[in-house]
Amino acid sequence: MGTFAYFPHTEEDIRAMLDRIGVASLDDLYSDVPDDFQYKGEYDLPSAMSEQEVRDFFEQLGRKNVQLKVLVGQGAYDHYVPAVIPYITSRSEFLTSYTPYQSEISQGTLRYIFEWQSMICRLTGMDVSNASMYDGPTAAAEALRMMLASSRKRNKVVVSAGLLPCVQKVIATYMKYTDAQLVVTKDVLAELGDDVAGVLVPEIGKLGRINDLTGYAEKIHEAGALMAVYCDPSTLAVLKSPAEWGADIAVGDGQSLGIPLNYGGPYVGFLACRTELMRKLPGRIVGQTTDADGKRCFVLTLQAREQHIRREKATSNICSNESLMALWCTVYLSLMGPEGMRKVNELSSAGAHYLHDALIATGKFKDIHEDKLFLNEFTLKPLCDVEKLQKAFLAGGFFAGLQLENGELAFCVTEKHNKEELDSLVKIVEGL
Amino acid sequence: MSKIIEGLLYSESHEWVKVDGDVAVIGVSDFAQAEMGDITYVDLPEEGDEFSKEEDFGALESVKASSELYSPVSGKVVAVNAALEDAPELINADPYANWIIKIEMSDKAELDTLLNAAAYAEIAK
Amino acid sequence: MKYYDKLIFELSRPGRSAYSLPKGCGKEIELPAALRRQAPLDLPEVSEVDVVRHYTNLSQMNFGVDTGFYPLGSCTMKYNPKINEEIAAHPLFTGLHPLQPAETVEGAQEVIDTLDKALAAITGFEHFTFLPCAGAHGELTGLMLMREYHMARGDSARTKVIVPDSAHGTNPASAAVCGLEIVVVKSRPDGLVDVEDLKPLLGPDIAGIMMTNPNTLGLFEREIRQIAALVHECGGLLYYDGANMNPLLGKVRPGDMGFDILHLNLHKTFSTPHGGGGPGSGPVGVAKSVLPYLRIPVTSGFHGNFGVMMRGLAYILTLGKENIKMAGPLAVLGANYIKESLKDVYKLPIPTVCKHEFVYDGLVNDGAREGVPGATTLDIAKRLLDYGFHAPTIYFPLLFHQALMVEPTETESKETLDAFIEVMRRIAEEAAADPEMLHSAPHNTPIRRPDETTAARNPIVKA
Repeated sequence: MGTFAYFPHTEEDIRAMLDRIGVASLDDLYSDVPDDFQYKGEYDLPSAMSEQEVRDFFEQLGRKNVQLKVLVGQGAYDHYVPAVIPYITSRSEFLTSYTPYQSEISQGTLRYIFEWQSMICRLTGMDVSNASMYDGPTAAAEALRMMLASSRKRNKVVVSAGLLPCVQKVIATYMKYTDAQLVVTKDVLAELGDDVAGVLVPEIGKLGRINDLTGYAEKIHEAGALMAVYCDPSTLAVLKSPAEWGADIAVGDGQSLGIPLNYGGPYVGFLACRTELMRKLPGRIVGQTTDADGKRCFVLTLQAREQHIRREKATSNICSNESLMALWCTVYLSLMGPEGMRKVNELSSAGAHYLHDALIATGKFKDIHEDKLFLNEFTLKPLCDVEKLQKAFLAGGFFAGLQLENGELAFCVTEKHNKEELDSLVKIVEGL
Repeated sequence: MSKIIEGLLYSESHEWVKVDGDVAVIGVSDFAQAEMGDITYVDLPEEGDEFSKEEDFGALESVKASSELYSPVSGKVVAVNAALEDAPELINADPYANWIIKIEMSDKAELDTLLNAAAYAEIAK
Repeated sequence: MKYYDKLIFELSRPGRSAYSLPKGCGKEIELPAALRRQAPLDLPEVSEVDVVRHYTNLSQMNFGVDTGFYPLGSCTMKYNPKINEEIAAHPLFTGLHPLQPAETVEGAQEVIDTLDKALAAITGFEHFTFLPCAGAHGELTGLMLMREYHMARGDSARTKVIVPDSAHGTNPASAAVCGLEIVVVKSRPDGLVDVEDLKPLLGPDIAGIMMTNPNTLGLFEREIRQIAALVHECGGLLYYDGANMNPLLGKVRPGDMGFDILHLNLHKTFSTPHGGGGPGSGPVGVAKSVLPYLRIPVTSGFHGNFGVMMRGLAYILTLGKENIKMAGPLAVLGANYIKESLKDVYKLPIPTVCKHEFVYDGLVNDGAREGVPGATTLDIAKRLLDYGFHAPTIYFPLLFHQALMVEPTETESKETLDAFIEVMRRIAEEAAADPEMLHSAPHNTPIRRPDETTAARNPIVKA
């Protein structure tokens, strides 16, 4: 009998190794484990599958999913994925390496993280970015922790009720187990006071509206608090950057930078700040230095902030992050360049406005965006039977018009969606 | 053998204290700086911050370590050595010349709990 | 590996581009000036060939499991099967939006359910949540569950959690993020948790204990039954840090040892790639004891890292109930084989049988002489890079000053282990003969030792 593909040990190898160790059998290697903890039964698992059987298994499950054209955003955006990206990220030197602790043989990872940090800084206008967070919502929660840690006396954070539901849920969870106070409100400025450590506002609200944050930074800083902005990095190609709004911290999800929807993950969070807050920034940070021969090189730096050194006094418990997805976004931004990024926004928002106006024209929705201050995502108030509408969308091969808590229906258009698709969606509405 | 200066008081967490009237000048010992290696950052408090005895008032960082700084006495910070912000290596160069903070003591009796040079020499080995 | 010194920004030439976008529909919209970006968008302007060559060149300065042996302790750098990658990229899954109606994602949900059942069978736990995106994230989620359990029982005074001094740094850090106070329990000289030291710590303020079993010294906490009884008796829960689950895979179920909550690292035990530091997946399992009080904390935006779950399930299906039984034992075999093969030249502070990993405490003869300090663990690690091996984990656990933590995993052949052993012996000889040469290692890597002090004193963190 041959060996199992992933276990290279022949019978002879095992025997020789046991002899060296000086035990008689593999079981003897567990002599320190009380016998009744050793599982003697058969694991309730399927029999080993061949590669083809594994393929068939997933193919069969995949067929149970309904493939739809996605016209909903709400934190996950169906942008086009350049072919180069998966090709690069599947290179096994990137894919199968660990965190770059041994910098001499990890310059590839360290350099792309440095590039990612640089690109996030260029998009957001911030001075320093970390190597990535799990996703946008957890990055937002960490931003709140950062703001609290930056003040010795203030113990309250104020966040906008306009943040995406997925962000709000995670924030509420993280804050629940601390002694800090979380206030969620429509009017964050009204809550300012000498107990407020920081404020978190979205640049684009959950209803797709672009927020005019003029004057926020002045008022927040006047009250002695910090300002964090939750933003969509793709839209920063055309919208004011968090730095231009006067923010101290920029946070969000990199998924809109060409990461596939993938049923919710892996995505990648980013967290960037002004230099003054650098020591409070959680997670890994890559810095530039020189080696013993004077060559430019890159290392993990400022590690004394981190859990493996500071343990319970660390700014965060984060260890593994989403490194490969940061590479994904870095390659995306390299391919798109400034012009491509502007075009993605132009195409998406032009498509969204086209769909918005066409849907309004059906008479089945009420316009709540009369000032048209949205890019690729918008909501409409339904004047028709929502259940029937959504069923019709599904039947037509669309995931569109997700109903939000306030009853409005959310739509999102990206450069992936062409005129024919949008027109056929409108036809479905007209045919109701 | 690390350098220990006569006439200063020491804490078991390796801070030194020089008493100047009601003010305690506080730094870290030569033993502490040597244990840390190249210091890369000093996390300093702000003037006006108040600390009780043994409360942490800041931290030293090196590439692979971080060490909290504990106040040997209670009181209010009246001065911080801002030079350390840009030049943390000063502590490696001379830990006794480069103090970290000055505290106006609220209870001078606490000084009695600190170690003299001879007693500190016993633990700084 | 050859040194390549470019950053993508340095390849930029105005007017060059690599994007490919379709024609749009509708009119371009005009944003009010108050909302418009003012600063130039300073992204690289490069061609597609530039991008591909640049990142290919970068990749060639990296070392992965596919490059060579990676005995990084506590990281379980086992082989990452390629079928997993193919499965994770399956187009019938990658296009699913996380908020799609349930009836349109039945296949994806079945993936999660099947993985849930499989992990339950492997660990002896009841159910898993897949929201956590990494091990530390799992710890945090698990500790939140622990707090929910106590809160649901009106037991709000339990605000402390016990963590052994040998624990991974994430344990105390996760507890702190979860608002818990940390109480440290000491290890005995034999490396196991000191039960006598534990007893007085237990009381009505203890939420639970976090245990890694086998612990970070690779030792099975054989008194776990007694520890479980003591902690449960005081009203606390037992948390299992699954970072070291690999040696138990197919052999011991943590649920049988009295643990109430655990997390697993799919990117360790279940063969999904580390990706240079993520994405991972840290599913959290609960035992029957916790089920009645179960309120799952929402710790990530959608469903967790679904793509990583796909890989983990592909691995389990490939192993099947037959092969899984050999996974843990072969990992343990490899660790003990190396441990026994080098103990005459490397100090072995704990000589008993280890599980998946073990710790040396520096060299027996470090070559120190008048005016020349001996070779350290750092030197050994750096010299290993010259010989084409990744270094073990160094200076952890903190219990030993020259800790060198080795974990070979079950996917490495005897030949690979023998080659590593031979190189470790050669390094020991080199240290004895010429420690200076080791101080300046590595010599054959794309860069030599970096100046980390300057990097930390004057951080340059962006281009």
